[in-house]
Amino acid sequence: MPKLKTPAYLELLRKDLLSTRDPQKPCVTICSGTGCHAYGCEKLSEAFVSEIKKQGLEEKVDVRRTGCHGFCERGTLVVVFPGEVCYLRVKLEDVPEIVSATLKENRLVERLLYSDGDGKKITREGEIPFYKHQNRIVFGSNRLLDPKKIDEYIALGGYSAAAKALSDMTSQQVLNEVKKANLRGRGGGGFPAGVKWEVTRSTPGDTKYVIVNADEGDPGAYMDRSLLEGNPHSVLEGLLIGAYAIGAHEGYVYVRQEYPLAVENLTVALEQAREYGLLGKNILGSGFDFDVKVHRGAGAFVSGEETALMTALEGKVGESRPKYVYPAIKGLYGKPTNINNVETWATVPLIINRGADWFTSIGTEGSKGTKIFSLVGKVNNTGLVEVPMGMPLRQVVFDIGGGIPGGKRFKGVQTGGPSGGVLPEKFLDLPVDFDELTKAGSMMGSGGMIVMDEDNCMVDIARYFLHFLAEESCGKCVPCREGIYQMLKILNRICAGKGTEGDIDLLQEIAEVVRDASLCALGGTAPNPVLSTIRYFRNEYDAHIKEKRCPAKVCKALIAYYIVPEKCQACMICLRNCPVEAITGVKNQIHIINQEKCTKCGACLEVCPPKFGAVVKLSGERVPEPVLPGKEVVRSETVGTR
Amino acid sequence: MSEITFSINDEEVKAKRGMTVLDAAQSVGIEIPTLCHHEKLVPYGACRVCVVELTNGKKSRLVTSCVYPVEEGLVVKTESPPVVKARRMILEFMWARSPGVEPIRRLGTKYGISGVQAIREYGIIPPKPKFDIEPSYCILCGLCVRYCEEVKKKNAIGFIGRGTEREVVFFPEIARKECPSCEECFKLCPTGALPSHYALADARGTK
Repeated sequence: MPKLKTPAYLELLRKDLLSTRDPQKPCVTICSGTGCHAYGCEKLSEAFVSEIKKQGLEEKVDVRRTGCHGFCERGTLVVVFPGEVCYLRVKLEDVPEIVSATLKENRLVERLLYSDGDGKKITREGEIPFYKHQNRIVFGSNRLLDPKKIDEYIALGGYSAAAKALSDMTSQQVLNEVKKANLRGRGGGGFPAGVKWEVTRSTPGDTKYVIVNADEGDPGAYMDRSLLEGNPHSVLEGLLIGAYAIGAHEGYVYVRQEYPLAVENLTVALEQAREYGLLGKNILGSGFDFDVKVHRGAGAFVSGEETALMTALEGKVGESRPKYVYPAIKGLYGKPTNINNVETWATVPLIINRGADWFTSIGTEGSKGTKIFSLVGKVNNTGLVEVPMGMPLRQVVFDIGGGIPGGKRFKGVQTGGPSGGVLPEKFLDLPVDFDELTKAGSMMGSGGMIVMDEDNCMVDIARYFLHFLAEESCGKCVPCREGIYQMLKILNRICAGKGTEGDIDLLQEIAEVVRDASLCALGGTAPNPVLSTIRYFRNEYDAHIKEKRCPAKVCKALIAYYIVPEKCQACMICLRNCPVEAITGVKNQIHIINQEKCTKCGACLEVCPPKFGAVVKLSGERVPEPVLPGKEVVRSETVGTR
Repeated sequence: MSEITFSINDEEVKAKRGMTVLDAAQSVGIEIPTLCHHEKLVPYGACRVCVVELTNGKKSRLVTSCVYPVEEGLVVKTESPPVVKARRMILEFMWARSPGVEPIRRLGTKYGISGVQAIREYGIIPPKPKFDIEPSYCILCGLCVRYCEEVKKKNAIGFIGRGTEREVVFFPEIARKECPSCEECFKLCPTGALPSHYALADARGTK
């Protein structure tokens, strides 16, 4: 590859790339994000290539393995261009038909199209409700390019923002634009990136660093991962622009070792960018030097905290440092360091290309632009969604997410991962942005959104997150290490039916100290799941403590499985499936669960045919006496077919 | 170095730029309790016992005095109700982990934690402290680890594990070579737990 010596070369390359492409030439794009990898997209891509060859279309059709499309619930996704025909849940056996029908004869394969509630088929990807309500400015390019080919990024206008910044703008102008855009950090805190950049820039020093924080660790969140996997150059371009504005010549990407595809695609991207001279010395003839190293993190949640990340980058154990002097002044190796997360960096090129005014036209007063959320949990359409700041929760959960499966009732949504909180139904119309979420007692975090329904116990949810945090606390400071542990112990006690009257007060008392006295944000935000569930679901805590009842029937110590004698058809299914032989009975003799033996695994409830519905969960009430031995109701053959 | 004027407990204090609030307080004889601070070591900010309250107009917040740099016009309170509340809870946490350890017993008595009260009332390890006791003598202040790293530059001792699994260990390969002629960290240990860690690691090479 020739070095691109000036922005004009980049522009020439782009024109050249576009001129060799026919937009009307059919192209099969196969989502190759991590989710679709699990569905087997590798084999699917190979199958497409060989099938296209078999049917003699290899000259006429392109095949492209793209980044994550976001609609992970329905993977593997295959989109055929032109026409943007979107096929969902594509399996190997569907390949010949797609090739012969859609590619050869221009016919649709109806059964693979999205079907709405009324059975109406939707052809175009962008018209599927999941996508229709989104505004995918940052994440949207993922589906259009092969992350392993820099040319595809350049053809889409890639690195034009960097070229513009380096050649037409002073570093001060770049900074001003980002400040004016009021870009707030997408990693959790929501601190204005421009302000952080400015402090790093204005701190005296020859050596300064810029870092991409790709240590995403919230349970259920994978937006940074998908962006880094699917469009690594957008992140690198943002980093390059930031480095120029700040005056840094060395950059790091701190990415989890557990994200192998992200590491791979990023490494390829770095090599290709270097070959074109988009990293290295005298980038695009501007005289500006910059290069990037990849650091693979050893998988600690706390290393996502910026000071802990820097400690880890220095080769030490990832533990937080006091932050009264900002990392922007004294960061990595004691030098001024600017750190932003993946999504924040990927947003920067858009701001430079389209301007701060365009960016601030999206979003709310205090939160501009869009935010990518990973929408998971009890929701029909799980996946990655990018929406303008300020979209009401209801729209995200119901219009995009398609509501709650199985006709269950919505109970709450956990935002912000383990450091966030659970918001109840009354907040469904809350506009989602940094400030509103914080006001409601949760937080934006890096964008996890876990939907919960009536079957989720809120005490159990708080316990789950505290358990996660207790294990992930680095253990350096006392309030975080010991405080989270003590809160967890109390929650375990409550879930085990051993909660006492003072427990809620004690939880609140501990929470306050953990929040105010911890060293870093891990401890500082750790009480959120507890405090928010106490605030909005106090009745569930009371039920556990006072009535020894779990309203959602989740906490094992507080529930019992029971076979309703009137409904039992004595079919032996539950009896055979019980792993601990706790169910007694024979054919035509109603079954009884031995409560002493039962381990409450729920297998019986799962296997009992829904038309019988004989197995029920009880909580907070006495399990009715079993029918006495010798007095079992013996069912006649006719009863069973009643 | 320029001089900075601020107040601690309504008393005017002068300090040099770059000093921490704890340094400044100690320099004028105001006592702020701490368990992980040592004059020879880089401030660590781990035990959080040295929290103080900073007021700025109507707003106030807790900060950790051993790592907070002095600023012109700071208003610091070292024993205000929020400070005492936080400090007491932190000591309760530590008591649950390391009951009866001298510095925690001393501070616990001063701040009236439930465990210590029970000792006084019943003359025994308390039947009902605030939190159940899971004893370990080490309070994880890190004085030994940091002294070995920063002053002796030997790294013969370190932390392993995360969260409540965190513990101090001697690394036998280094410890056998370096420790017998040094053992300076023993004197720093506020709990007396260190020799047992040393013995456990068989750092003397007796086996």
